[in-house]
Amino acid sequence: MSFGPHLLLATLEGLVTAAVLALTALGLSLVFGVMRVVNVAHGEFFMLGAVLAWFFSTLVTGSPAVGFLLALVLSPLVVGLVALVCERAVLRRLNYDPEATIVATIGMLYIIQQLALTFYGPEARPVQAPFNLRIALPWFGYSGYKLAVIVASIGLILATWLVLTRTRIGLVMRATQFDRETAQNFGIPVDKVYAAVFALGAMLAAVAAVLIVPIQQAHYLMGLDPLLLSFIVVIIGGLGSLRGTVVAAVLIGLSDGIISVFFSPTLAKMIATLLVALVLVFRPQGLFGQAAR
Amino acid sequence: MAGRATTRALLLHLAVLAALVLLYWILPDYHRGVLARVLVLAVFAAGYNIVFGYAGQLSLGHAMFFAAGIYGAGLPVYHLDWGVGAAFATGVGAGALLALVVGMLALRTTGVAFMIVTMMFSQVFYLTTLYFTQWTRGEEGLVLPQAARRLALPGLEIDLSDPASRYFVAVALFSVVLMASFAIVRAPFGRVLVAIRENEERVRMLGYDVFSNKLAAMVISGAFCAAAGAAYAVLFGYIGSTFAAIQYSILPLLWVLLGGAGTVLGPLLGTVFMFYVVDITSGYTSAYLLIVGVALIVLVLFFPKGVLGTIRERWLKWLP
Repeated sequence: MSFGPHLLLATLEGLVTAAVLALTALGLSLVFGVMRVVNVAHGEFFMLGAVLAWFFSTLVTGSPAVGFLLALVLSPLVVGLVALVCERAVLRRLNYDPEATIVATIGMLYIIQQLALTFYGPEARPVQAPFNLRIALPWFGYSGYKLAVIVASIGLILATWLVLTRTRIGLVMRATQFDRETAQNFGIPVDKVYAAVFALGAMLAAVAAVLIVPIQQAHYLMGLDPLLLSFIVVIIGGLGSLRGTVVAAVLIGLSDGIISVFFSPTLAKMIATLLVALVLVFRPQGLFGQAAR
Repeated sequence: MAGRATTRALLLHLAVLAALVLLYWILPDYHRGVLARVLVLAVFAAGYNIVFGYAGQLSLGHAMFFAAGIYGAGLPVYHLDWGVGAAFATGVGAGALLALVVGMLALRTTGVAFMIVTMMFSQVFYLTTLYFTQWTRGEEGLVLPQAARRLALPGLEIDLSDPASRYFVAVALFSVVLMASFAIVRAPFGRVLVAIRENEERVRMLGYDVFSNKLAAMVISGAFCAAAGAAYAVLFGYIGSTFAAIQYSILPLLWVLLGGAGTVLGPLLGTVFMFYVVDITSGYTSAYLLIVGVALIVLVLFFPKGVLGTIRERWLKWLP
């Protein structure tokens, strides 16, 4: 293959990465934005989503589409429930103290990871794609499912955006994010908003994971990479800014896809991580965010 | 009065060190080996304690300083046939230098951002060890030949792979770091660090240079952690990327939290306790990460001050 098609392939792969990353990072960004809490266990909610997707898809026999749809509905619900329990049992008792919640979510990370290893095992297991369609491009055939992932992700992000900007629930969330105490004075049940946002953030990660398992197999250690990449995206995009998060996800996903096709993936990760750390040092509000109030 | 408290504290620390020496003749073989390893890791925890416990900066990247010590000492021994003494010094120097550079950048941020930045720098270090797999052998790691692990002093040569000398070298290193921590905490510098932890703005208002003090804490901490890493490399003869992974940034946090952040003996207590908990439970289950996770959550929910922190609060006010 010559350079042009190669670049096209890299771009497509990058877009798939970006689509999944945007959803995952959106969850992290939402939790940080509204609750001012860094959820280190976010990657494990992603992993849990993938592992549960495998579990649910094995429950039904017959068409892979049925199993996949079942996973797409049930897996995020279960992950949301787990997150809700974590929030009520631990984070709320810590009063959302930033450093204590970091330590506690590290604890959750280990617990979820170990439980996945114990009950799911160390193997990587695939989930069948709901449909098998190859789209023939002039230079190579490309998986139709991957394109569907991109479309689905765009749809979900738009839905999240609509909920946040056009509905009462979204208004309540934004009010809590803007000023917790004033929101409380206006009768907003901040406590319940926190619980809902934490669960929603985990569910977004779980949906992203269900979308990716037909491409990348479910494995109990798969949570670390999305966690670090989501951190990177959320930082570059400006903590708590939805638009910035999506732009940054596309940027990071594309460059990750393109750099790893042409250079060593380890080197790509090294450079990206270093650059992001420097962004955080010299421009803490992110490339697209506004300075903190 | 302050003098009496210092004498009492000094006696307590010397007694702990004496007990560690005596334990060699009391403990069975297996536990001697465990304790030697635990002491080296306790040095790592003590280094972490300077930045986290005293200066109050939550770092999630201290694995890079430990690994800088491991590689700084291990690579010259393996590839260049250096002596153990020179290699150890290189390891400590590498850690201190890395801490200086990372500190100068990361300390511009505070709180959550500091945690993420240190974690990312550490991740870059980890990826670097994987990238130069030609020299480091990545995850697989390198085993230092036994012949290279000899400490040549004027007049005698110590074989560091021998269990007895390994034990006493570990005790010696731990003693140095423990007494150094004790001296730092008692010194005006240590008081400034605690003041920064309690109220950074007020310290700045009083005219102290907060940044330089934090940076100094970072370099000392980096040097201690690197000393632990360098000692680990030459005593146990194995260097690998695993030691740079994020897990080794979280373990010292756990040990220090458990023993009591901001107490001199806390890191030792936390490391010993956690090591044995994992050791004993691994007889029944392989799920040791579960124990680490539960321990972190229980600690942060119910005992945020750790064992010695709680004891100090309740009974022994003079404990440094």
